[in-house]
Amino acid sequence: MSDVRAQPADLTKWVVTLPPTAFLLFFFLAPALIVVVASFREPGEFGGLAPWPALSLDAFGFLSSDVIYLEIFVRSFFVALLTTLTCIVLAYPLAWLIARSPAKRRDLLVLLVILPFASNFLVRIYAWIMLLGPVGLLYTPFAVIIGMVYVHLPFMILPLYTNLEKHDPALLEAAQDLGANAWTSFWRVTFPLSLPGVFSGSALVFIPVLGMFAVPELLGGTGDILIGNLIKAQFLEDRDWPLGSALSIMLTLAVLALAGAMAWAARRGLHGTEAVT
Amino acid sequence: MALLELKNITRRFGDLEAVKDVTLSIDAGEFFTLLGPSGCGKTTILRMIAGFDAPDEGDILLDGRSLAGVPPEKRPLHTVFQSYALFPHMTVAGNVAFPLEMAGRSREEIRRRVDETLALVHLTDKASQFPHELSGGQKQRVALARGLVNKPHLLLLDEPLGALDAKLRVEMQVELIALQREVGITFVFVTHSQQEALALSHRIGVMRNGCIEQCDEPDKLYTNPANRFVADFIGRINLLEVEVAASGKVLLKLNAEGLGEIAATDPRPIRVGERGAFALRPELIRVFGHKESADLRNRFEGRVKELLYLGDVTLYKVELANGFIIEALMPNAASGRAKFHEVGDPVAVCWRQDAGVYLRN
Repeated sequence: MSDVRAQPADLTKWVVTLPPTAFLLFFFLAPALIVVVASFREPGEFGGLAPWPALSLDAFGFLSSDVIYLEIFVRSFFVALLTTLTCIVLAYPLAWLIARSPAKRRDLLVLLVILPFASNFLVRIYAWIMLLGPVGLLYTPFAVIIGMVYVHLPFMILPLYTNLEKHDPALLEAAQDLGANAWTSFWRVTFPLSLPGVFSGSALVFIPVLGMFAVPELLGGTGDILIGNLIKAQFLEDRDWPLGSALSIMLTLAVLALAGAMAWAARRGLHGTEAVT
Repeated sequence: MALLELKNITRRFGDLEAVKDVTLSIDAGEFFTLLGPSGCGKTTILRMIAGFDAPDEGDILLDGRSLAGVPPEKRPLHTVFQSYALFPHMTVAGNVAFPLEMAGRSREEIRRRVDETLALVHLTDKASQFPHELSGGQKQRVALARGLVNKPHLLLLDEPLGALDAKLRVEMQVELIALQREVGITFVFVTHSQQEALALSHRIGVMRNGCIEQCDEPDKLYTNPANRFVADFIGRINLLEVEVAASGKVLLKLNAEGLGEIAATDPRPIRVGERGAFALRPELIRVFGHKESADLRNRFEGRVKELLYLGDVTLYKVELANGFIIEALMPNAASGRAKFHEVGDPVAVCWRQDAGVYLRN
């Protein structure tokens, strides 16, 4: 670089980015690598890992060994999908109403959306046990979906609201002026323009739901276990760390592939919307 | 019969009367402009015609039928918004096709009309681009094409040139006039720019505080303003406080305090002693040396206080005997104008008897 000012700017950049980089290296990349390595080792006799240099691909045998694993994977994706769709349907009108309310009221409504975070997550799930128990819905797949939707709804409302709030009201007037009724202008203008919000909300709901184990464990029945429960069981109950690690890696890869596909689809399908978001 | 009629329209927002008892009639094919300062109620009138707002009193008729209770999407008129309001997720062609799709036209017809209209606004090569890839002037033309494509009875334009820079504005004005003539659609145009209104319109309604002060053709508004507001709002003008000294069949003698008698023409019967203003356009005043033509009527001596050389013309601000500073605009190319007056020079100003207008208070 010929620019003499580049030098100090580069230095500042390093100083500023060093702490988060170090944090991520130690607490994210290193554990991830440990998990990868663990997946290629043998389980220890009483849990943990067998001593070096025992290495094997046995852990990945689960892919072919038992159809139950595939079933749990498929079920987990189905639950995540259903939760995401339910969240979209419930969050959209709410986000729209907040975005359309007077500026003064908006902050209060957003605060109400995030208020549940003020109390502990497990406490709120136990509250659902008390609510669902008497009506006979506890320990059913339905209870799992309710719990999942309840926990993740704010993560759908907030990105949707942020998106809808920025829409230019003149666009809806223009649509109406050019002959569109309220229903048509929603589907032709508001909804396509809100897709970036829908996508980021979906990512914030779908991915955590896939790994969530507390909700199915507390609200679901024996048949409702998801990948999260399976992984947790490998580490805490079955003491098969390599299998747990292998399952984690498969889950991560699946999520990455999905997120990549969505980002690709979003870039192709949403051309032009960046102008408003 | 008039295409659009506003009958005694009143619109209140709380205590504020934004539009007061406005009656207006616009003919088919007309380029009509509502001109006024911001907050005068012109945009409110436009929104009521479009259907985004409704009058508290009065009625709006289009083709003789009342628009009361008709929602915007059912009105056979379109609006070009100040912000353009182009759909950012649709291409230029998609935007222009929108009103045709809403009207349920066939795919074949939509393609043909979109092509025709884009050609009309010289945007054929931009059909597949998105609004954010266009310049301000191009966006403006897409908005126009979208408003015109479905051949509405009426096109409403809300300060559509406001966001463009000065040079582009003039270009777009020329295009707008040509376009309106070509498509023959009635335009109702809203602006606060008197220059734009004068250049574009067949007729102008000058508004203030919710009322239409005067409604007439541009040249009539300019040469014959109805009152001080219109005179002052449109173009540059000198307003002298006067008292009527004598009133004949045609001739009017006005007395300006500390200055003397001004001769003017006015066929109206006017009472002697009445107070008013004498309005005089700067370009109708001649400035010459104070020793010249001493015997002319409407000749007053003064001193050049300021002058602005504007290229084609020079604006002189001349202080008269009574302290009034009169503005005179002299073309620089005029013969015998080789010598410029300087600041401080004693000069005389003079105008023809029929140059100015007497405005009653």
